[in-house]
Amino acid sequence: MSELHLPWLEFSILLPLIGALIVSLTSDRDAARRRCLLICCLTLACAVGEWLDFGTLHVFEAHDHWDMIEAVFHRDLFVVDELSTPLLPLAALLYLLTVLATVRTKVDRFTFGWALLSESLLLATLACKEPWVIIGLLILGTLPPFFELRARRKCTRVYVFHMSIFALVLILGQALHDVSSTGSIISIMAAVLLALAALIRSGVAPLHCWMTDLFEKATFGTALLYVTPLAGAYAAMRLVLPIAPDWILRVVALVSLATAVYSACMALVQTEARRFFCYLFLSHSSLVLVGLELVTPIGLTGALCVWLSVGMSLAGLGLTLRAIEARTGQLLLTRFHGLHDHAPFLAGFFLLTGLASIGFPGTIGFVGAELVLEGAVEVFPAIGFVVVLAAALNGIAIMQAYFRIFTGTHNSSTVELGARPRERLAFLLLTLLILGGGLIPQPGVQSRYHAAMALLAHRTPNSDRSSNIVPPQAATSVAPSSNIH
Amino acid sequence: MDVNSIFTILGVIVVVSPASLLLTFGTTSLLSIPMSERAMARCTQTSVLAGLSAAVSILFLMLAFNSRHVVVEFGNWFLIPEQHFHFHLKFLFDRLSVPFAILTFILCGTIGAFTSRYLHRDAGYRRFFMYYSVFLLGMILSSLAGTIETLFIGWELVGLSSALLVAYFHERPAPVRNGQRVWTVYRIADAAFLIAALTLHHLTGAGDFDGLMGAGSWPEGLASISQGHALFVGMLLLIAAAGKSALVPFSGWLPRAMEGPTPSSAVFYGSLSVHLGAFLLLRVSPVLEVSTTLCIVVVLLGLVSAITGAMIARVQTDVKSALAFASLTQVGIIVVEIGCGLRYIALIHIIGHACMRTLQLLRAPTLLHDYHTLENAIGKHLPQANRNSDHRSMSPLRIWLYRFALERAYLDASLDRFTVRPFVRVFQWCNAAEKRWTCFLSNIGQRSEPPATSVLLPTAAIAEPSLRDPASEASHV
Repeated sequence: MSELHLPWLEFSILLPLIGALIVSLTSDRDAARRRCLLICCLTLACAVGEWLDFGTLHVFEAHDHWDMIEAVFHRDLFVVDELSTPLLPLAALLYLLTVLATVRTKVDRFTFGWALLSESLLLATLACKEPWVIIGLLILGTLPPFFELRARRKCTRVYVFHMSIFALVLILGQALHDVSSTGSIISIMAAVLLALAALIRSGVAPLHCWMTDLFEKATFGTALLYVTPLAGAYAAMRLVLPIAPDWILRVVALVSLATAVYSACMALVQTEARRFFCYLFLSHSSLVLVGLELVTPIGLTGALCVWLSVGMSLAGLGLTLRAIEARTGQLLLTRFHGLHDHAPFLAGFFLLTGLASIGFPGTIGFVGAELVLEGAVEVFPAIGFVVVLAAALNGIAIMQAYFRIFTGTHNSSTVELGARPRERLAFLLLTLLILGGGLIPQPGVQSRYHAAMALLAHRTPNSDRSSNIVPPQAATSVAPSSNIH
Repeated sequence: MDVNSIFTILGVIVVVSPASLLLTFGTTSLLSIPMSERAMARCTQTSVLAGLSAAVSILFLMLAFNSRHVVVEFGNWFLIPEQHFHFHLKFLFDRLSVPFAILTFILCGTIGAFTSRYLHRDAGYRRFFMYYSVFLLGMILSSLAGTIETLFIGWELVGLSSALLVAYFHERPAPVRNGQRVWTVYRIADAAFLIAALTLHHLTGAGDFDGLMGAGSWPEGLASISQGHALFVGMLLLIAAAGKSALVPFSGWLPRAMEGPTPSSAVFYGSLSVHLGAFLLLRVSPVLEVSTTLCIVVVLLGLVSAITGAMIARVQTDVKSALAFASLTQVGIIVVEIGCGLRYIALIHIIGHACMRTLQLLRAPTLLHDYHTLENAIGKHLPQANRNSDHRSMSPLRIWLYRFALERAYLDASLDRFTVRPFVRVFQWCNAAEKRWTCFLSNIGQRSEPPATSVLLPTAAIAEPSLRDPASEASHV
């Protein structure tokens, strides 16, 4: 296997892990925030280094130089490939931006130590291809939000109920898969269970209530960091896609599609900003799953593009809502707040990220949305039409929230509500990425297409397990000759 | 340098000039760089003049060289060559797009010059010109689009800027609610447009208008799809056009859009934006030709819209609403012309109507002022037609028609009653059920909820005549 020039992955994972220890021992909250920020910056630098380094190798996958874990365990635990290589910097960026945009008044609430620990776990998950290690890391990753809920004396039952099912189904599915080398029914059951686990973690209806509950009870930052990296979609790609027959993937796509529309409709009737955001996110993350499970080169490429765009745009939208909440308290959508004149920068950024999430032209979301639609129509035109419907509803919901929060009345607050320099920096960075990725999309599309083709090529749903399984050649040879634009 | 290179250079200028205006305003807004009113007005003038000069030059060159179909290629925005997937940026200069682009530049230039004085020292001056630049770029992209995707990009930009400008006076709830209403209708129209575009791809395997419409420059050409497919795609495009041009049943947003500042009302809903749906129908007119049923539907929709608009316009009590519905009448007639295959007449009608309506809308505020000045000077009200009509002597049909017009054909009320309210009720019920479920899992009692309302239901929208007592209104007939 090819090697990166430096142990970027181990640095990316160990830095936040060590940082979590240091920060949790720091009693001064301001000092903890500064240290956390520094560690997040270094982690992002390592993750970007990994991305750039991988780009120079022109291979499908690579592992660290001086791989200590391989030396100890004689196994390549941490490996990056075309799928995960941009996800690591994205995850590190989301953590950095969240910490950067945490205002001083919220320093006591947001637990930097747990945030760094969850970052380490997430990066380890994204850098791993071993199914059991991924499962272990995904289950460990559910713990930081749980401990935060406990620390905040909030009821954890809904969260624990759903995450327990997730963990149980995940372990059972993988265990069945391991023993089902020849038994076709057991292997299909394994794929079904693993798909179910991925759906629960992604918050697919009707198993999504843990997500609204988490957004209501945890700090906004923690909830945001737990859902926006789309760990459920990653589980689907690593654990389900390689083994599941086509019909399971189609079912997952249909369930996700129903969730996308349902959540978009629910976003329209929400009266609290956090719940609104949660449903909006659910709708978008479900659209990513729809694309991922289409198993066509264009659909998969689109889904991988949307994955990145949703990660960035909705994280930006969530951070804006968090910044506003930090100033005004709980944000109800039952009345107008009229914050535009006090915080025009936040208003503009809210609109930009909202539009990017629905795939507005010129933003990073546009290309992905186009490709997902094209892929969906290729498989079954009706799916494409429903995707369009979900996107239209999301667009209405976003503008409704924008008008409710930023317009409609004159806000006579005497307190300064504008964006602070740190927030401004974080939002400008995201703005550059959203617009840059939207105006110059070709490098991203090319990279995601390679990843999609590699994933399809490595997809091996053995034909001896199920009569419905399409051989990899067939899966990769879906090359419509008629979609010349 | 050959003539094709000149065409290319001029074509690039036409497209790049509004794009650079948006880039300038966008960058300065994003980085919070202060920009004076004069600098913004200058930038706008420069951009519009550059684009207009280039567009007019192209027209003269086309006339001189008897060229009816000039294509300016910008290459692929993004592509996946292995899958034969291309997003092609191509602009088409023909007998439809060039007049429309010139009209856009002239009217936008006029409005820009008017607004720089009209909104002088207004707090939202910068915001207006930011949205204005989005609109200008959207209109130019839509006018010159050589592919249906490019047209869609322009279409989206126009929709966004329109909704935001309707809500320009954002410290009041009514304009904001109306902006939301406009955006909602536009999103529905956009969805229909996108589905139509996808279906066309699926059917013809091509996204550019040359491929879609067969050989021959506009207005010649015949779409190479079957009658049934043409009907399906055409109906979707008709929904898209109806949403954008406020045809029945989407006409309700047109008077609401007048909540924006006068210049935006003039440029969007009096002249350019309201004709964009008709422009779309003209652009895809070869698809209409394939299906006679579709043509009949287009004619009927146009007729219904024109008659409804004419009736409603006659009972409006404010000048902007009256002009809005008068616009609807004309757009309805234009759609009828398109349905009848009278494409050149429709194009000339669009140009003439847009210019006249812009003048009327821009003149409206000062006309009212002049009117009051005149009345003050002569010391009494000027005589009004039908002032002394007695509603008791009116026939029941006339009263019913009056009420029908006064309630704006019950279009908004029907949409609210049969679409929005059931939708909101169903999902509010789902929301409550979900909350009960989480409360059950948490083993806690039901939470108290803030009163649920939706902006989709404009409860206190503009002071519409429909909110008044029809009986008292009848006495004014």
